[in-house]
Amino acid sequence: MDNVIENKLRLETIGLSVFYGENPGVKDVSLKIYDKKVTALIGPSGCGKTTFLRALNRMHDLTRGAKVTGKALIDGQDIYDPKLDPVIIRRKIGMVFQKPTPFPTMSIYDNVVAGLKLVGFRDRKLLDEVCERSLRQSALWDEVKDRLKTPGGSLSGGQQQRLSIARALAVEPEVLLMDEPTSSLDPQSTNRIEELIGELKDQVTIIIVTHNMQQASRVSDYTAFFYIGSLIEYNKTTKIFTSPDQKRTEEYITGQFG
Amino acid sequence: MRSLRSRYARDNVVLVFIILNTVAVLIPLFIILGYVIVQGFNYISLDLFTKELGSPTRNMMGEPTGLVHTIIGTAVVDIMAVLISIPFGIGAGVMLSEYPDHWANPILRVLNDTLNGMPAVLKGLLAFVLVVKPMGSFSGLSGGVALAFVMFPIIARATESALMNIPWSIREAGLAIGLPRWRVILSTIIPAAKVGLVTGFLIAFARAAGEAAPLVFTSFGNNYLPVKWTGWIFGPVDTLPQRLYNLAISPYEHWHGMGWAAAIILLAVITASFAAARFFIRDKKQE
Repeated sequence: MDNVIENKLRLETIGLSVFYGENPGVKDVSLKIYDKKVTALIGPSGCGKTTFLRALNRMHDLTRGAKVTGKALIDGQDIYDPKLDPVIIRRKIGMVFQKPTPFPTMSIYDNVVAGLKLVGFRDRKLLDEVCERSLRQSALWDEVKDRLKTPGGSLSGGQQQRLSIARALAVEPEVLLMDEPTSSLDPQSTNRIEELIGELKDQVTIIIVTHNMQQASRVSDYTAFFYIGSLIEYNKTTKIFTSPDQKRTEEYITGQFG
Repeated sequence: MRSLRSRYARDNVVLVFIILNTVAVLIPLFIILGYVIVQGFNYISLDLFTKELGSPTRNMMGEPTGLVHTIIGTAVVDIMAVLISIPFGIGAGVMLSEYPDHWANPILRVLNDTLNGMPAVLKGLLAFVLVVKPMGSFSGLSGGVALAFVMFPIIARATESALMNIPWSIREAGLAIGLPRWRVILSTIIPAAKVGLVTGFLIAFARAAGEAAPLVFTSFGNNYLPVKWTGWIFGPVDTLPQRLYNLAISPYEHWHGMGWAAAIILLAVITASFAAARFFIRDKKQE
């Protein structure tokens, strides 16, 4: 793995484990995430990739009986520092979920600016700008610019997912976690979101969990292969998909299991 | 083909059975409604809504009597119950639904279930000990507190289930854009659960509005309008369910009739709040 240290380090986990009760969902994972790159987490169902992802912005804080051990650092700062408010971490590290999650009672506009408006930003001009910028970034602006006041729930599934991405981008996170963002979408919407990931990586560091290996190879710079809670192999995507070091990685990528 | 036909036949038999059952359940309801209206209708008059009841001799002397003090009293006591129970009930419901890991959660759940299952008359006793004893007199306020004990657990439970119906992913989405937990609950979860909250409140209100037992030794009852407006809150106050009972057990025929009229008013109030609840539920389905 020596050839992966040429980029700037952004996020790092050292011996990170996540327990649900007694059972580890993720075991002793050490991983370096590089700045303004797309890192894909792949592996069969139940391998712990989503669990690992959610550990990075302290989403497990709310899960009953979940416990995180080991270290997770962003720019050298301990994400699990007990003195640190998880809200501050989540402002830096945004997240997009598997299913679109527009806030049910809010308009498209209010959905996008929720992260600013609900913490006290009232400047209408600023919010308008943020709304347009975020919707343009998520390639949704042209489709919704004439109906920003209509409910977010009235959009199609693919549009709702792009709305969720716009909402995550509005608070200008430095890192964006994407948990199978296209798994509930049709091929066309999937394409748009993959294009979007390509455009966004100049501005944010992206970590994407995906079941789809073609997707991982298309969008990512680095790929981590998880199996039964452990990190099996981590390297540049081209290396993982052409000549993986580990036998199990090769078997998974060539479709022999998973 | 024959087997298909016989299945349709069986389907029809079951359907008729279900319809008959429904009718059987509804018949007593319509008998009660019809009987109350027939008995009380002639006693509905302008005086009923504008005059106080006074002593039994007042009617015998031919003076106009009515239940205006009871109607206002019911409104005062019910409004106080609503004002007390809504913040506590919704607060408890939020606690039950949103903070399942908090140490106070199981305690609150047991307390709430106990309160919910407690006979209404004991809630009156509770309010008697908490309010009437320290203040030294029966009062509208103590009646409001007693009815708040009736409403509180219903509102808490309804709030809990309304909030639980909102997918967990919405909360995570709110947290993921860096909102504090309370802000997520206040600005995304509660508005989304609004229909359930309003429905739960109306059901709790309809339930409390019909209770007489908790009011017997709290708001106590009164045949007269209070001298000063503070009497509505700090003095003994009349309420419809309790007045209905008192009129019914009185030895005067005219008062019996007024009792039926009071029942009509009470039924109208309760039916209106249930109808409003149904209206909100239907509204939700159309969305």
